[in-house]
Amino acid sequence: MLDCKQNTELLSQSLERPITLRERMAMRMHLMMCRGCRNFEKQLAFIHKAARELPRKL
Amino acid sequence: MSAAINLDVLNEHRSYLVRYAILQLRDPHLAEDAVQETLVAAIESKSKFSAQSSLRTWLVGILKHKILDVLRKRSREPQLNVPDGEDESELVDALFKENGHWADPPQTWADPEQSMENTHFWEIFEQCNQHMPINTARVFMMREFMDMTTEEICQELAISTTNCWVLLHRARLSLRECLDLKWFGNAR
Repeated sequence: MLDCKQNTELLSQSLERPITLRERMAMRMHLMMCRGCRNFEKQLAFIHKAARELPRKL
Repeated sequence: MSAAINLDVLNEHRSYLVRYAILQLRDPHLAEDAVQETLVAAIESKSKFSAQSSLRTWLVGILKHKILDVLRKRSREPQLNVPDGEDESELVDALFKENGHWADPPQTWADPEQSMENTHFWEIFEQCNQHMPINTARVFMMREFMDMTTEEICQELAISTTNCWVLLHRARLSLRECLDLKWFGNAR
């Protein structure tokens, strides 16, 4: 069972490498039960998008 | 080739390029140098510019190489490559309890997409980048801002892939905290 700390690490790594099916299932299980991590997941996607937008905003 | 590339035309892009370089190098002098070299290189190789791409995109492409040159040189000079004053793992430790659960679980952000239209948001975003420990920020900017792959970053900085992931994760956690505190108003 993933805890929040491990789950956030995996969410972050999913931007860097292919995530295995097992990892994906574990994340999904955790996210179903954890509102904080669901918020984190959305915010991570936003930060990723915003950082890539930054060069156009200078 | 349509418009002629000369110093006047290039200088119109100078201030943008300097801001771009400062974000990555965090040092106005080094940034100025990198931009200067970029403009010289642009003049020297102007025949290689194809009007199909925008001049700015082409210049940024050259600048990225110059920035990497500076980073490479600096990593060979140990006195400049000082470790961060703070222990970067402290942030992560503070965010989670002993049992791995959030100390303070992230709350919903109101309309983040709308923030991207707001000039002040981008000032905060830049500030939050500056706020990160320098090694963490460097890896994050190489990845997201300069659009390098994890493999390229590892090779460039001679660090392991795992180390690279750890730094990227810390950067994202740090940015999230900072934006939460300074922009999305969830300071509690």
